[in-house]
Amino acid sequence: MKKTYKIEVDCANCANKMEDAARKTAGVREATVNFMTQKMIVEFEETHEPAAVMKQVLKNCKKVEEDCEIYL
Amino acid sequence: MNKKQKKMLIRIILAAVMLIVLHFIPADGIVRFVLYLIPYLVIGYDILRKAFRGILNKQIFDENFLMAVATIGAIAVAVTGSGDYTEAIAVMLFYQIGELFQSYAVGKSRRNITALMDIRPDYANVWRDDRLVQVDPEEVETGTVIVVQPGEKIPIDGIVEEGSSSLNTGALTGESLPRDVKEGDEVISGCINMTGVLKIRTTKEFGESTVSKILELVENSSSRKSRSENFISRFAKYYTPAVCGSAVILAVLPPLVRMLVLSASPEWGVWVYRALTFLVISCPCALVISIPLSFFAGIGGASREGILVKGSNYLEALSKARYVVFDKTGTLTQGVFQVNGVHHGSMEEEKLLEYAALAESASSHPISKSLRQAYGREPDRKRVCDVKEIGGHGVTARIDGIPVAAGNDKLMRQLNIPYKECHSAGTIVHMAVNGEYAGHIVISDVLKPNAGKAIRALKGAGVVKTVMLTGDGKKAAEQTAEELGIDEVYSELLPGDKVAKVEELLAEKPAKAKLVFVGDGINDAPVLGRADIGIAMGAMGSDAAIEAADVVLMDDDPMKIAKGIRISRKCLRIVHENIVFALGVKFLCLILGAVGIADMWLAIFADVGVMILAVLNAVRALFVRKL
Repeated sequence: MKKTYKIEVDCANCANKMEDAARKTAGVREATVNFMTQKMIVEFEETHEPAAVMKQVLKNCKKVEEDCEIYL
Repeated sequence: MNKKQKKMLIRIILAAVMLIVLHFIPADGIVRFVLYLIPYLVIGYDILRKAFRGILNKQIFDENFLMAVATIGAIAVAVTGSGDYTEAIAVMLFYQIGELFQSYAVGKSRRNITALMDIRPDYANVWRDDRLVQVDPEEVETGTVIVVQPGEKIPIDGIVEEGSSSLNTGALTGESLPRDVKEGDEVISGCINMTGVLKIRTTKEFGESTVSKILELVENSSSRKSRSENFISRFAKYYTPAVCGSAVILAVLPPLVRMLVLSASPEWGVWVYRALTFLVISCPCALVISIPLSFFAGIGGASREGILVKGSNYLEALSKARYVVFDKTGTLTQGVFQVNGVHHGSMEEEKLLEYAALAESASSHPISKSLRQAYGREPDRKRVCDVKEIGGHGVTARIDGIPVAAGNDKLMRQLNIPYKECHSAGTIVHMAVNGEYAGHIVISDVLKPNAGKAIRALKGAGVVKTVMLTGDGKKAAEQTAEELGIDEVYSELLPGDKVAKVEELLAEKPAKAKLVFVGDGINDAPVLGRADIGIAMGAMGSDAAIEAADVVLMDDDPMKIAKGIRISRKCLRIVHENIVFALGVKFLCLILGAVGIADMWLAIFADVGVMILAVLNAVRALFVRKL
C-alpha cells in the first residue's frame, strides 16, 4: 500500500536524511521525500499496519532531524 | 515568513544588538567571557543542541556539528589568546542569517513554482434546494449537473448539458487558442470558461478528473530522482566526513611538523583557527538545495507549456535525446482519413462510394468512417445484409441483394477477382460489385500542419536521427517520410512489430544517446514503455496515455517535442552550472582557508553567497516560454 503524507522540513539535506530514516524503518518498503512539494510518499509492507509504522517513521525522522514534522 | 522564521529573525536582531552593545562595555577575564556567552547562546543554542543530539543519535557529521565545533573552537582560541569573542558569535550569526535567508528564499520559490502550476479548482457550483451553492469539488458525485460561469475553471470532467462557450485550455496545454464547445461536447477539468454559462453533467469524480490526474503527476514528479540528484546525495554522505578529517589533519599536522621537523614554534592557535575556517566553508548546502530546485523549476516551467514530465530522471534523459521514433498516425498526421480519389471506376463515383459506405456501415474503423463521410449521408442500414468482416482483408456484404466486396488486394485475390494496382500513396479500398471489379478508392491521412517544421526543429535541437514507424503501406509511408524529411521509415508493421523495431533501434544506438518514442498513446502503450523515453501526445483527457508515457504532451502539436528537449537541456545546463560553480567556489575557499588567506568571515560569506546565487540560478529553469 502506498500513502502520501504532508511534511514540513526546512532544508533539502534534511529531507534526504528523513528519507533515509524512513527507509530504514521496519515495515517500510520504499519511501521518497519530496522536498519541493513537502510530501512524503511511503510504500508499506503488506504485513504491517501503516499507522503504527508511521509513528515509528516519525520517531526516526525526529532523531535525524529535530525540526521536521509529518502530518499523520 | 512563517513562525519559525520570525522567531529566528528576532534572535538574530537580539544577538546583533547585544554584540554591538558589548563592544562598548569594558570587561575582562571571566566577566567578559560570561557576557559574550549570552549572545552566543541566544543565536546558537539550537545549533549546539542539534549537534549534541546528532552525536547521541550517531548522526555526527552534519552542518550543525560543523558550526558547533567551529564556533566553540573559535571561543577556545579566544579564551586562551586574544579574548576576541566577536568572531565566534559573528560566524554563528551569519550562519543563521544564511539559513534564514535560504529557508525564506527556497520556501518562496517553492511556493511560486507551485502557484504557477496551480490549476486546482477550488469549488464547484451545484443546485441545492433551488439555490446555486459552492461546494468542494470532491463532494460532487458523478452525474451531478454543475454550473460553470464565465471566468471560472471547469472543476470536473463532464459533458455539456446546456449552453455554449469558448474554453481557454491554456493552463493545460500552454496554448492560448480558445476551444469552442456546445451542447453534447465533452469538456475536461482545468479549462477556463470564457464566454457563456455552461451546465455540465459530470462523468467522473474529482479524483479521477483530468485536472487531478495532472496535479498528481506533476506533484509526484520530483520523487523520481535524476542521476544528478542521486550523485549529490551520495556526494554529501562522503563529503562531510572527508572535510572533518581534513580539518583535523590541518589542525594537527602542520604544528607537529613545525615543532618536530623545523624546530619552530608550533603556532597551535593559527592552525586550529584555519582548521575551523575550513569547517565553516565546507557546508554543502548550496549543492544539496539547488539541484532538486532546478529540476523542480524545470518540470514546473515545462508543465506550463503543456509538457508534463513525470520525473527528474526523464527530464535528464530527455536532454540526451538523439533518436526520435514516431508513430505516424495521430502523431505526425491528424489521424483523420479522407477519401482522396476514386480510380478505374466502372460505375459512377457516387454510386461506388455509396456501395462502399453501405458495406462498411457497421464498422467503426477510421477507414469506414472516412468512407461514410465521403458518401455524405447516413447510410440506410436496412439495405445491407450478410455483412462479414474478414480481419486484415475487408468486408463482404449484400446490398439491395447484390454481393459487394470492399477491401484490400488480399481480399480481391481471395475472391479471385482481378484488380488494378494503384499508383497513389494511401490506403486502397478495392471494390467488387456482383463479382466484377468496380474500381478502387484511395484514402489517405492528413499531415499535421506543423509536422515538417517539428522534424526540422528536432534536428536543430541536436537529434541525430528521426524514424517513422507505421502500419501503412510502403508507398504511403515513404511519401510521407520524404515530405517531412524523416531519415528512416519502416512500414507495414503490426503493433507487435513496432516493439521489435524499437528494440532493434535501442540495441543499435550508442548507450549514452537516448531514444524517444512519440505516439498518441492509444494503442502504443507497450512501445511507450519500451523506449528510453515515451512521449504521448494529444493526451488531454486520455488516462491511458497519461499512465503509459514518461512525458505527456497535453495537445497534439509535434513542435512541443523539440521544445521539451530544449527545456530539458536548459534545466540540465543550470544543474551542471550549479554543481561546477558551487563546488568550484567551495574548493577555492577551502584552499584559501587552509593556507590562511581566507578568514571565517569570508568563509561564511562564501557559504551563504554561493547558496543564494545557486538558488537564483535554479529558479531560471522556470522561464522556458521563449525556448
